[in-house]
Amino acid sequence: MQPLNPKSRFDQYGTKINRTHSPALAYGIPWVMIAFFSLTPVLPVIASAPVVPPLGFIAFLAWMVYRPGLLPFWAGIPLGLFDDMLSGQPIGSAVLLWSTTILAIEAVEARLPWRGFRQDWLTASVILAVYLICAAMIAGVLPTAPLLISIGLQLAVSVLIFPLMAKLVSLLDQFRLRRWKEVG
Amino acid sequence: MPVARAKRNTGFSRKAQVSVFAGYLVAVIAALVGAALLIISIWQPSAFSGLRSAAGDATSPAGNAGASVRNGSQDVLDAISGFYQAGRQNARLKEEVELARVKLAEAEAIKQENVELRDMLGVQQAMTEQPVAVGRLIGSSSSSVRRFAFLNVGRRDGVTTGMPVRAPKGLVGRVVETGYASSRILLLTDQNSVVPVRRATDDLIAFAEGNADGTLRIRPINVGMNTIKEGDVFVTSGAGGLFQPGIAVGVATQLYRDGAVARLLTNPAATRYVFVDSVWQPDAQKAPEELLDDVTANAEEVSPASADNTSGTE
Repeated sequence: MQPLNPKSRFDQYGTKINRTHSPALAYGIPWVMIAFFSLTPVLPVIASAPVVPPLGFIAFLAWMVYRPGLLPFWAGIPLGLFDDMLSGQPIGSAVLLWSTTILAIEAVEARLPWRGFRQDWLTASVILAVYLICAAMIAGVLPTAPLLISIGLQLAVSVLIFPLMAKLVSLLDQFRLRRWKEVG
Repeated sequence: MPVARAKRNTGFSRKAQVSVFAGYLVAVIAALVGAALLIISIWQPSAFSGLRSAAGDATSPAGNAGASVRNGSQDVLDAISGFYQAGRQNARLKEEVELARVKLAEAEAIKQENVELRDMLGVQQAMTEQPVAVGRLIGSSSSSVRRFAFLNVGRRDGVTTGMPVRAPKGLVGRVVETGYASSRILLLTDQNSVVPVRRATDDLIAFAEGNADGTLRIRPINVGMNTIKEGDVFVTSGAGGLFQPGIAVGVATQLYRDGAVARLLTNPAATRYVFVDSVWQPDAQKAPEELLDDVTANAEEVSPASADNTSGTE
């Protein structure tokens, strides 16, 4: 008799016998991770210019780009509100921009269903550039030259951080779908 | 199961078409909710202050832990760099100490003269008041173009909106929102921050406005002849009554035709503790009508015999 393939009852998330995904983890992890990265202002960095990339938004963007449809369409309201409470922007700024981002990513996703990493990175970079400029306009600052330079630097750092965030999202995605729960 | 991928290929299914359309509708409504919140918060900036200070209170323990790490790590870096520069630094410090002794003697003389002049004028004013509270900066709006910092003291410690915040080396900013155990500070470098200053050496009056990139813009009131030189130190002038006069603000580094760019004297990132002072002249902060009401009320209360004691600034 042909011996059974020892891997046949496993998938990449663990054994399929008597185990299934945990819904709390599967749906909760993106929310917790994005909210965690929205806590950037609590970092002990007392910056005198906008230098730290908007990590909460980058995490949100990475989940939206790599797992479209996982976060509901209204996710921008609670997550954006949480980001606004600490970020120093006027309240509503992130709610508006994050919800608009969902629409923009949906439009890209509908037109280009098969994409590679570089295309995703390009999409994210364009969205980040628009986000930083809109956020500065909403905050109502005068676009002086030094300020524009520091926003440019912030954008460069944000674009370079996106692949790292994408890697973190893919790791957490593996963890998210682990088969934890015992069935029966 | 959980990869709930949106199905866009609806085909002829009426139900699927409607549910995709409803999804987009939800996203548009979410964006409109954001726009509405934004309009409210720009129109009435204090509308959501409760929400923000609650978030500040909730996150301040984490910020406290982080702030102590920040101070610790700075010490380590200082120690290492100090080791390498010890010899050169020693020689330089000796020279500085000699200079400082001379300056100290001069300052003592000026202080004495100051006391005598004050006695002559009969001015009774405590120049060095006790700070309302001492706290730590535990975070800042490091990814926004606005410049706010979070402080780990709040209403519990007697901090109220408008109070100036200073570090040992100079002014840091002012309190704009208070929570129970945390407060939010508008740093000097925010574009909305304006501080009346004067040159330390004479009476050149100017405004120091934030540039949002870590520098200040000094705009003298007397436009025309710009007498500012590189290296001029600016201190608070006390105009407006919010900041006590004589707190160091910045040093001019780059000159323009109608002003100068100044570097902050106190780097908020390097300060271990900051002091929250009471508003210097609370009466000057009141609206004119309110002040007028006070004056008329006092006039009714005060009997003619004690009416000569009219100084409003205690």
